[in-house]
Amino acid sequence: MEMQFMLLFSRQGKLRLQKWYVPLSDKERKKISRDLVQTILARKPKMCSFLEWRDLKIVYKRYASLYFCCAVEDQDNELITLEIIHRYVELLDKYFGSVCELDIIFNFEKAYFILDEFLLGGEAQETSKKNVLKAIEQADLLQEEAEAPRSVLEEIGLT
Amino acid sequence: MPAPIRLRELIRTIRTARTQAEEREMIQKECAAIRSSFREEDNTYRCRNVAKLLYMHMLGYPAHFGQLECLKLIASQKFTDKRIGYLGAMLLLDERQDVHLLMTNCIKNDLNHSTQYVQGLALCTLGCMGSSEMCRDLAGEVEKLLKTSNSYLRKKAALCAVHVIRKVPELMEMFLPATKNLLSEKNHGVLHTSVVLLTEMCERSPDMLAHFRKNEKLVPQLVRILKNLIMSGYSPEHDVSGISDPFLQVRILRLLRILGKSDDDSSEAMNDILAQVATNTETSKNVGNAILYETVLTIMDIKSESGLRVLAINILGRFLLNNDKNIRYVALTSLLKTVQTDHNAVQRHRSTIVDCLKDLDVSIKRRAMELSFALVNGNNIRGMMKELLYFLDSCDPEFKADCASGVFLAAEKYAPSKRWHIDTIMRVLTTAGSYVRDDSVPNLIQLITNSVEMHAYTVQRLYKALLDDISQQPLVQVASWCIGEYGDLLVSGQCEEEEPIQVTEDEVLDVLEGLLVSNLSAAVTRGYSLTAIMKLSTRFSGVNRIKKVVSIYGSSIDVELQQRAVEYNALFKKYDHMRPALLERMPIMEKSASNGPTEIVQTNGETEPSVVDSKHPPPVSQPANQANDLLDLLGGNDVVPVIQTTVPTKPASAGGELLDLLGDLSLSGVPTPAPSVATSQPSFLLDGLSSQPLFNDIAAAAIPPMTAYNKNGLKIDFTFERANPNPNVAVITIHASNSTEADMTDFVFQAAVPKTFQLQLLSPSSNVVPALNQGTVTQVIRVLNPQKLRMRIKLTYTLKGSPVQDLAEVNNFPPQSWQ
Repeated sequence: MEMQFMLLFSRQGKLRLQKWYVPLSDKERKKISRDLVQTILARKPKMCSFLEWRDLKIVYKRYASLYFCCAVEDQDNELITLEIIHRYVELLDKYFGSVCELDIIFNFEKAYFILDEFLLGGEAQETSKKNVLKAIEQADLLQEEAEAPRSVLEEIGLT
Repeated sequence: MPAPIRLRELIRTIRTARTQAEEREMIQKECAAIRSSFREEDNTYRCRNVAKLLYMHMLGYPAHFGQLECLKLIASQKFTDKRIGYLGAMLLLDERQDVHLLMTNCIKNDLNHSTQYVQGLALCTLGCMGSSEMCRDLAGEVEKLLKTSNSYLRKKAALCAVHVIRKVPELMEMFLPATKNLLSEKNHGVLHTSVVLLTEMCERSPDMLAHFRKNEKLVPQLVRILKNLIMSGYSPEHDVSGISDPFLQVRILRLLRILGKSDDDSSEAMNDILAQVATNTETSKNVGNAILYETVLTIMDIKSESGLRVLAINILGRFLLNNDKNIRYVALTSLLKTVQTDHNAVQRHRSTIVDCLKDLDVSIKRRAMELSFALVNGNNIRGMMKELLYFLDSCDPEFKADCASGVFLAAEKYAPSKRWHIDTIMRVLTTAGSYVRDDSVPNLIQLITNSVEMHAYTVQRLYKALLDDISQQPLVQVASWCIGEYGDLLVSGQCEEEEPIQVTEDEVLDVLEGLLVSNLSAAVTRGYSLTAIMKLSTRFSGVNRIKKVVSIYGSSIDVELQQRAVEYNALFKKYDHMRPALLERMPIMEKSASNGPTEIVQTNGETEPSVVDSKHPPPVSQPANQANDLLDLLGGNDVVPVIQTTVPTKPASAGGELLDLLGDLSLSGVPTPAPSVATSQPSFLLDGLSSQPLFNDIAAAAIPPMTAYNKNGLKIDFTFERANPNPNVAVITIHASNSTEADMTDFVFQAAVPKTFQLQLLSPSSNVVPALNQGTVTQVIRVLNPQKLRMRIKLTYTLKGSPVQDLAEVNNFPPQSWQ
């Protein structure tokens, strides 16, 4: 499944996460984000989760105040893409404990880390929720271990 | 130097900004601080600063000055630094900039790091944004990791390999050995990514595909894995709503599709498992339907048994009835793909598909529309068209053009009767008139012309439609053309198909004049109505009114209208004798290939016989008066009256007040279909209607010229040529010269031939023969089937104020002119 990009944005159109799996310049990315966000925000709630946009298929779903939006290629299975999106939301939920938009705003780098443990190059690398969360946990531990001594030194003033 | 503020604090601060300007100010301040921090090469806080930069970048602010800092972070030994550094690289760097190449060495080192999470970061970054150069450099490392026993790394390496192959396809070969026992892994992550890798390789290279089919026996392995997934009990780790690892199932099904395509053995080996998945999968949730969807796609693509195909279509049919609109959407998409190959099976679900036309969702409506058109055939045309016309009425403007075109096409292919066809067209024009494509107007005119027995009915209906609404331009154009052509039928009230209406000539002219002055009419439409008014001058009795209208528009600001009016005026004044012939009924037009997308009319079913009869001679409504004279002179029956059709050589030819009558049909610049009529006998007369007179192309055969007439100072010579491409046509050019002292004005040359011949007289170069042989008037006569030719000619001119008329017989044609 060649996912080209994934965007998360709020109902006011503010980007909360953007993951690009195809090489595009910053300007192009900005333009695509802006156009696509507008298109999706204009859609009514009763409409289906798929649309054709330029030469891509867009799969999107709203969870509370956040839109999760993926661009996939023509031959991809839209229904399983919805499942991918759902799995990502579940992971975020498990990690943050009842995740809400604010969690993602204030911990955006963690949201990226989780995504990067779930998808790689646009494809799912791990289909077990447990394994993804375990990997994140371990990596977080690794990070803390690296941080811990330094902050003690900082306190004493010996930086 | 105070420590730079923490990330979360920055986020909080920025979110308190109440205006865009305030936010911009905060961000600029922070960026300045970060910049100076970078300049100081501060290692401690680099990570924090880059993280903040990434946040600001997401808000839309420029962050390119952080790119090198990301590289420094990646090179650091600390895991935190690496994490943020790689994230920053993926967000800020792109492969177009050379900066990214500096990452290569770091990634290489990290791929060999002792900590798997660092290796993981490197693999992820490479697999996400690695450029072709990086991939070339690092492919070896990836290949090594593909063979590791660490499943955490192995699964990432597999997807990284996929990316490498996409970027540098030539490197595919080097990953082949490592794929050998990928599928014997128990770990689902590895299995999933391995299937993705194998899919990528099989899609890209037919050799690989063949290799995996034959040598590796991939299909049985995949079937076995899939079977285990379905049959095994509940596995909490991979369960999604009661289905075990749907992601893996879907990927396997997709790989099976590629392996089974066009391959009998593989397809047979997977038949059973496909049937099993299709029948056993739970359909209550989206996830089950996702698997079924993939299964259907696979069944339709491989060489499956017919029973299996029917099963697949039935699954799609069930999808169509699902409440979930997403499911309906994918069903319609799939049916659209299969409607050509499994037409009958899809027909069974036609009524459900037609119901989807009423769905609220735009994408579903569009698919339903496309599918409905694909399903129209001779048996269901009436019912389907009713639904489609109703859809046309109520759909969004974005659909109307496509729907109208589809309706026209379907009507043409399957119209059960002419009347139905015309009614359908009328309906489209009145409901979606402004959305029909430009080429539909000439196509429709052609259709109407060819439905001879429906002329009265058509013109009546169009007239009534005009009374209602003159805003839809294509409708108005077709209507005015028809009224111009068949206005006589309209006022005579001879409609058979429905109750004839009583309408007077004045009323008709009122309507047409109304179009001319209305603001709603486009320029093109005005042209149509002016020409229609003109045509009615030969069909109606009250000519004076028409003359008045035409003369008014002789001074119109619109150049096109002005030209037309001036030419029509001239037709009234100087060429009144030509007028009837010029404005007579259009002949049947045969549809030629140059007409674009229209196809041959098949009237299947009901009453009318096929109308396109190429032997049908063009009806002559009012023969020229002079031709009658000649008839008398030549003694009755063996003479065919000359029809002096004039050639529209170039519309604006100087001095040639000749009308481009048939140019009406190509106002939008499309090459005129009408003149390029079938080349059978009657159309010989219209042969010359191409823009280049054919006689220019002829190789002059050596036929000697002759003098046909020489009296009273007027000498007429004939020169001969053979027409090319038709050697049976002799082309005679007359040269009239005047040796008297005064000009001969209002010069008209006419000719009559015996009935066995056909003659066409083209336009004269002028009607003034200058005195004292200072010039000649030339005119071209084309004669078909010349045998021993004899001709009667009549000459009229005015010399020194008094009219002169003379008749003569020409018998001295040279033998070469007919051999």
